[in-house]
Amino acid sequence: MAVVYKKSEALTDAPLTYCPGCTHGIIHKLVAETLVELGVFDRAIGVGPVGCSALCDFFFACDMFIAAHGRAPAVATGVKRAHPDKIVFTYQGDGDLASIGTAEVVHAAHRGEKITTIFVNNAIYGMTGGQMAPTTLVGQKATTAPEGRSEEHCGKPIRMAEMLATIEGAKFVERVTVNSPANVRKAKAAIKKAFECQIEGKGFAMVEVLSTCPTNWGYSPVEALRWLDENMVPYYPLGNYKNEL
Amino acid sequence: MAKKLMKGNEAIAAAAISAGATHFFGYPITPQSELIEYMARELPKAGGCFLQAESEVAASYMVYGAGGAGARVITSTSSPGLALKQEGLTYMISAGIPCVVVNISRGGPGLGNILPAQSDYFMCTRGGGNGDYYHPCFAPASVQECVDLVRHAFDVADKYRMPVLVLGDGMTGQMMEPCEIPPRQEVKADKPWAADGNHVARGEHNRINAMDLQADVLEAKNEDIQRRLKEIAETEVMYETVDVEDADIVFVAYGTSSRAVKNVLSKAKAEGLKMGLIRPISLWPFPTEAFDKIKKDCKAVIAVEQSCGQMVEDVRLAVLGRWPVEFYGRSGGNPIIPDDVLKMAKDILGGK
Amino acid sequence: MLEQVIVAGFGGQGVLRIGQMITYAGFAEGKEVTWAPSYGPEMRGGTANCSCVISDEPIGTPVLMEANSIIVMNLPSLHKFEPVVIEGGKLFINSSIIKEKATRTDISVFYIEASDIAAEAGNALGANMVMLGAYVAATGIVQLETLYDLVKQTFTGSKAKFVDSNIECIKAGAEAIKALV
Repeated sequence: MAVVYKKSEALTDAPLTYCPGCTHGIIHKLVAETLVELGVFDRAIGVGPVGCSALCDFFFACDMFIAAHGRAPAVATGVKRAHPDKIVFTYQGDGDLASIGTAEVVHAAHRGEKITTIFVNNAIYGMTGGQMAPTTLVGQKATTAPEGRSEEHCGKPIRMAEMLATIEGAKFVERVTVNSPANVRKAKAAIKKAFECQIEGKGFAMVEVLSTCPTNWGYSPVEALRWLDENMVPYYPLGNYKNEL
Repeated sequence: MAKKLMKGNEAIAAAAISAGATHFFGYPITPQSELIEYMARELPKAGGCFLQAESEVAASYMVYGAGGAGARVITSTSSPGLALKQEGLTYMISAGIPCVVVNISRGGPGLGNILPAQSDYFMCTRGGGNGDYYHPCFAPASVQECVDLVRHAFDVADKYRMPVLVLGDGMTGQMMEPCEIPPRQEVKADKPWAADGNHVARGEHNRINAMDLQADVLEAKNEDIQRRLKEIAETEVMYETVDVEDADIVFVAYGTSSRAVKNVLSKAKAEGLKMGLIRPISLWPFPTEAFDKIKKDCKAVIAVEQSCGQMVEDVRLAVLGRWPVEFYGRSGGNPIIPDDVLKMAKDILGGK
Repeated sequence: MLEQVIVAGFGGQGVLRIGQMITYAGFAEGKEVTWAPSYGPEMRGGTANCSCVISDEPIGTPVLMEANSIIVMNLPSLHKFEPVVIEGGKLFINSSIIKEKATRTDISVFYIEASDIAAEAGNALGANMVMLGAYVAATGIVQLETLYDLVKQTFTGSKAKFVDSNIECIKAGAEAIKALV
């Protein structure tokens, strides 16, 4: 029988632990396929975060680290400096990268660290149970913003792609989402470029992937995809913010 | 190998390079600046990588990354910087990452001052981060000992897969004394656990991780950490004793303080008084066995520290009520005054 | 032999250098040595001082509470360190800058017009070397020749032109002591 589809060899056989309707699984798949298609899986090293994807060291089949909250870009820096010939990536969520780890990602970009960062933005703290993230939209309810995020009280959500694109050392920055087949294809193309940026030794690369959290948003998977499209995309415009490849 | 005069900070850096360290990550803070500056200047010449991090926190995770990927790695800092690095230290304990961490300590709490102090004893010997752990901590008292202990620290770190701390103070770092630096050794340590990107050749992927969600898994990891700590406690104790067996007064002091106590011993000897010194070199594991050398009718054991009294707690645990335990301490960066220490000891001998 | 010396003055007067030269010379002559700077805010523009110990025996603390000899290059240092000299010790005062006299009578006090002597020797910045020469000539802790060799080793390359004038300053300091004794 002809094989028309199979799981990427860059993923292990461990069952994913993500909630139904969460898009982490799709993003894992895109990263894994990209590593294989670019021929760098056999020299890839990943660094996972604290958050829902803190178990991603079980899922990616390459050598893996799990960093402390937000520190993945610093860990990846140490790994890359120890093995400049390896392909090093971080996989981080929005609480991790955009709140507690802001300094680490900004300075990794600033140094032009030759790593690739996959930033999964679902506008909430997932693993800890739906608390407000720096990316939570104004008016969006969270367990630590029960009346919805107030701009007066805690400001507007932070836009990391736009911010990192202003940094000289960042050579490729793009925001994508995975809420439709067409967007999944675009996301994969961006992820591929972000790894090529590293392979070519250009500098720091980041892909921000707008993602869903049906569980903590309180929607069904389908409703969550729609909510993302109607609420997140207008505030977090998709597109390329930096391409110096 | 010719002896040369070096500052403690520079000697530590030179010793790390001679020990085959390939990576240094750090952040500037006084009074360890000469160390980081020496590394910036000399480590690249030896083919290594020096990188100034954006913070002590980031530096400790660069160490986590490089050490976890198999590199021989060192970082250095001073007290408030070590407080920030504690997060990385507890993660490295959990993940089993070897590294050397140097603390050239200063006055505290808070920003304190940049004068020599020994008030980081608790932070350096109790496992300063969250969770159940200790890690080895060595305290040099001379520039030559800085060299010897830093080199030793790398081997201990590799052997037990954990961070090893070297604790000096502003005086250790700043004073200049003769020392010998052995030639650089290229270390090819076998680290089959390292996440170095060779998963395909290895046939399985390595995971460097400080999280274990299952109670039994975490307990098993903790038991393994405790097994290694127990072995360290049994085999890695280091101390020096001076005239302890016959002493009516035994001082306990480490690092810079022990140097002042040696002046006290000379003066006491000149006056015909029998006093001795236990100098812990490994602060953890604490050299409890050294106290068995003290004679039964010794009048007192005096802990001498440039702190408000931290090591004295370990001294009490080692003494276990066998002799009275007294404490002499200065803080704020003030030095030990040998004459005051001698007077205190004489008062005890005189029954005051 | 146990020599404990403190050198003190303004930052920029080369007091740490005096201490280092004494230490290097003792080391070169095979003695046990330590050198420790005073350290703290005063490093930046205020008074600076360092402690040196030269001994035939292993050395205890590098931090000195008392000293056989004190070299002072400015008035605040005289006030701070005169009480620290042990009975029978030596106090060396740069009297070009310090116009006050020492008050102790149980120590030997040497007044050296170091800044003037340095200027006459053609090295206006060499007052520290004059004090060094005076100290070594008066105490005999190390040989003057050892200092000359050190100067030659210290000033090399583009700084080699300073060798002769520094040696001249050391010699002039030693001569000044001969005149006093």
